[in-house]
Amino acid sequence: MTDETGTVPAQQPEGQPQSEGQPQSDDQPQASGKEKYYVRFTLAQRYLHVVLFTSFLGLAATGLPMRFSDNPAARFFAREVGGFGAILFLHKFCAVVLTLAFLYHLKDIATRALVHKEKGIFWGPTSMVPNWKDVQDVVGHLRWFVGLGPKPQFERYAYWEKFDYWAVFWGMIVIGFSGYAMWFAPFFARFLPGWALNAVLVIHGEEALLAILFIFSIHFVNTHLRPDSFPMDMVIFTGKETDEEFQKKRTLEYRRLAAEGKLEAKVGDKPVYWWVNFARVIGFTAILIGLVLLVLTLIGYFGNA
Amino acid sequence: MQDASGHSIGVDADVFHASIHGSLGCTDCHTSIKQYPHPDQPVAVKCAACHADQATGIAGSVHASASAHPCTSCHGDAHAIFPKDDARSAVYPLNIPRTCGTCHADQALAKKYGLQNVYAVYMDSIHGYAVSKEGLLVAANCMSCHGSHNILSHKDPKSPTYKTNIPNTCGTCHGGVEAEYSAGVHGKAVAGGNLAAPVCSDCHTAHAILQPTLADFRMQSTPICGSCHKGRFATYQDTFHSQLGLLGGYVQTARCWDCHGAHNILPASDPASPVNQANLIKTCGRCHADANASFVQYQPHANPRNRKLNPALYFTRFFMNLLLWGVLGFFALHTLLWFIRSKREQGRNGPTGEAKHD
Repeated sequence: MTDETGTVPAQQPEGQPQSEGQPQSDDQPQASGKEKYYVRFTLAQRYLHVVLFTSFLGLAATGLPMRFSDNPAARFFAREVGGFGAILFLHKFCAVVLTLAFLYHLKDIATRALVHKEKGIFWGPTSMVPNWKDVQDVVGHLRWFVGLGPKPQFERYAYWEKFDYWAVFWGMIVIGFSGYAMWFAPFFARFLPGWALNAVLVIHGEEALLAILFIFSIHFVNTHLRPDSFPMDMVIFTGKETDEEFQKKRTLEYRRLAAEGKLEAKVGDKPVYWWVNFARVIGFTAILIGLVLLVLTLIGYFGNA
Repeated sequence: MQDASGHSIGVDADVFHASIHGSLGCTDCHTSIKQYPHPDQPVAVKCAACHADQATGIAGSVHASASAHPCTSCHGDAHAIFPKDDARSAVYPLNIPRTCGTCHADQALAKKYGLQNVYAVYMDSIHGYAVSKEGLLVAANCMSCHGSHNILSHKDPKSPTYKTNIPNTCGTCHGGVEAEYSAGVHGKAVAGGNLAAPVCSDCHTAHAILQPTLADFRMQSTPICGSCHKGRFATYQDTFHSQLGLLGGYVQTARCWDCHGAHNILPASDPASPVNQANLIKTCGRCHADANASFVQYQPHANPRNRKLNPALYFTRFFMNLLLWGVLGFFALHTLLWFIRSKREQGRNGPTGEAKHD
């Protein structure tokens, strides 16, 4: 999810339309074609997000019954899915999918950094790596919340987006490692002390709880449900945002690209209707499942505490 | 042939002569009948005249006050009584559950006398199955455990179903298990007078006894141990074994007796115990093929809330909780303030009109 498209127009060769995956159908409206759209995410990045949240929802839906196995809803769900063997199997299946997605992402970053020698991937305005401005933005944003200062302007990735990214990054390492340690416990026991086998379950469960609570409440609201984006920020599905949206949400990036004369290179096609609507169905389904799981998680957690 | 009040008084001579009493004459039992026509109220036949021991047994038993005839209720038609090893007998081993069931499967009677409705669960048990489906004469029927004429309440210390007598009663057939049980902590405790310790029926139940390898038994067994071993049960429930195992349908994860043994449970300090440090690799290895010395240091009853017993786990959990509530606390506040501020901003400027894809 690190910047890929920002300053490298060459990555959008002629003949490869911006709306990959979306047939340039005849039903694309022409009337409202005045609005400019800019590319924010590549098709691969958008697919990665879909794989990420699908497998995450699968992991949450199958992991929660294990965490709260004495909860009636968990037992009901486990029974309906086909018993606990099925739950564990699906959990491991989703885990492998997510692991592959994570490895793909690492490979992608490595390729871009080492092969394409892409600049700005590890540092600078388009990087996911936090910098001093992010610290200032946190403080500035909080001050703005309570009316003590102006609203900060953001670059390509705002601090809460970077936090989302690194939370998931760290979460996948921690949850993944502890999960595999349980899956292949005798193997991991060759170089882990015995108590670590106890600890990995605690770590796995608590970190997963954090991930579930964070994604299904904070991420949902910050990214999709807050008034500026309500009900859903479609950019992660369409890959594109309007000129107005771009200027408002990522003012500094917009200005920087304009000043560098690179803005035009990011212009993309308007997303087609069916794709937007299809993405809405997928996205809202995911949010709905997430919110249901959030409620069940809270019931499970506080019902058992 | 009917008597004055319309009851049939006919006797099938062939059946009677084939029965165990076939060599007797009518008046051997019907002693009050000496002339014809018979008296209007013949005296009830007293089986006790010959069967004195059985009559004594009945008299001291839970069935003593039965209003029905004490003998024919179970033995059936008095003129067609067969030896108990004859398949025609009402008390032939394979017929006993049905015979007892005439009363004990009757919901109305069970309610009236405050009896548990045990017939149905017995018939579904491994013993009932052996009798009704496999036709095993040696399988336990009602009589095998409760006796026949002198059936006593399980509260009576003389009853074969009294708690301390149960191992011996079950041991009549399950001799090997009884020997193992007697050598284990539970057997010794019961023999030493500790009535809180479990006997066979506490874990296996009395009538609904399941084949222990069945999923249903594996599912029900752990809470049974947990009903006494509450602390151990609570810590077990924190583990993966339990989290997976508590939900229906996944029965492979370790239950108490997979590690501790079932009948001859020994303290972990005993070198013969499967949970003795020296035996752990073998015990854990029954499920975890590659179990090694480090692997078996895993604590199946670790308590992350106990700082003294499990400090590493305690601090792991502490740190994870700190992270969990720290992150969520900060962002909950952050997002709430943001939400409110954005709403107010929106109210001032009108809808921002973002996400205009349509």
